[in-house]
Amino acid sequence: MNDLAGAFLGSPVWWYLAWQDIRQRYRRSVLGPFWLTASTGIMLAAMGPLYGVLFKQPLNSYFQHLSLSFVVWTFVASAITESCTAYITAEGFIKEVGLPYTTHITRVLVRNVIVFGHNLLVVVIVLMVFPPEVWVRCLLAVPGLLLVTINLFWIGSILALVSTRFRDIPQIVVAVVQVAFFLTPVVWKSEMLGDHEGITVYNPLYHLVEVVRTPLLGKHPQSISWVVLSVSAIVGPVIAMYVFGRFRSRIAYWV
Amino acid sequence: MARVRAQDIVVEFPIYASGTRSLKKAIMNTATGGVLARDASNRMIVRALDGLTFELNEGDRVGLIGHNGSGKSTLLRVLAGVYEPRQGYLSVEGKVASMLSITLGMDMEATGIENVFMRGHIMGVKPRRMRAMLDDIAEFAELGEYLDLPMKTYSTGMMMRLAFAVSTSIDADIVLMDEWISVGDASFAEKSRLRMDKLVREAKIVVLATHNHGLVRSMCNRIIRLEHGAMVADQDV
Repeated sequence: MNDLAGAFLGSPVWWYLAWQDIRQRYRRSVLGPFWLTASTGIMLAAMGPLYGVLFKQPLNSYFQHLSLSFVVWTFVASAITESCTAYITAEGFIKEVGLPYTTHITRVLVRNVIVFGHNLLVVVIVLMVFPPEVWVRCLLAVPGLLLVTINLFWIGSILALVSTRFRDIPQIVVAVVQVAFFLTPVVWKSEMLGDHEGITVYNPLYHLVEVVRTPLLGKHPQSISWVVLSVSAIVGPVIAMYVFGRFRSRIAYWV
Repeated sequence: MARVRAQDIVVEFPIYASGTRSLKKAIMNTATGGVLARDASNRMIVRALDGLTFELNEGDRVGLIGHNGSGKSTLLRVLAGVYEPRQGYLSVEGKVASMLSITLGMDMEATGIENVFMRGHIMGVKPRRMRAMLDDIAEFAELGEYLDLPMKTYSTGMMMRLAFAVSTSIDADIVLMDEWISVGDASFAEKSRLRMDKLVREAKIVVLATHNHGLVRSMCNRIIRLEHGAMVADQDV
């Protein structure tokens, strides 16, 4: 609890560290962090028409679906995989200064939010070309994103802790997330499953993508996803707090 | 108010060889029942600090001496809040400035000024306060125009000067140092010595780990000697 308060009440180190990460990656390149935007744009421009034809989908609605899903998925997936190494990569900091541990989790999360922000530009362009059904519903994406971030926060806190102790976990998580990309309706739509459509609700990653994607598509949101994520946003942090409180003092010895 | 109280603190480092750290081993152990107990007792542990009890009060200038591996740096890290003691009770009252690694967080691609603020963030100083200290830091480091250039254009000495200037500009109740920091050429070394003296004078408690007995005699009023993680002497001088 103190750790959490320390991370958020003190000077926002995590914000500067996150920015530094991004800047370091793109320093001296002409586009800078907008390379993120560009590479996502190129990727979608290439994949959209191809898969649209493969899945025999109308280009307009499929392209919309793919680009939104892909951008949200990238955020969720990289936040999960990168938070595994949140403490491991911050070894220098952990062993030298007593920064609150939550700082390192927040740094990873904020870094990914910044990346997401840049990718959002692609989303805006896509929505300009292929407008959503109802513009007002896009506003729901904001609480959706908030809900996703809260969930990523507690998931990340647990993963970072466990990964620091057991170095196999990051590899496992990467493998699982890679497979999950194909098992989650990102390139395909849940409607394509026909009678089996309901099966997607058992995939937790589906909900994380859903609450941001559907509002942006201007469609009516899936209430089940909101329920699932709201419940986990309450239960999850409690579990994470317990685990963190139990093992926090060991982290410096594990890294 | 600055005070440090330590009661029987113990710090142990578990040694995770490739075997014990992997998940496979952990699962195997729980699955095979009996092995667990054996593994728990067989696991290598290095006891870096072994039941230290001491109290530091305002005005204490502690010289921490002992051979390599006697636990000096570990104790400093415990005081800095890096390692939490495995057993015992520790309370540290007052703002701690750790001079253990003064270049931590610096980015070679960023400019000198950016790095000044970065160090500030890491040491918990708000940008507004940092801005107020910027002139003093710039003047002391004598880097002139270089402050606006990326740090990779600096020589090692220049980088150390900047790091030193930032770290020593922060006022704290408790100052922790691992060996006396000395940077730069002859004239700068003299200037930095004066600055260090001032820092030590203004701090309420100073803990300095060193092998230099002359330094201990001139700076410290109390000596704590460690041997194999245990305190073998604690005397005023």
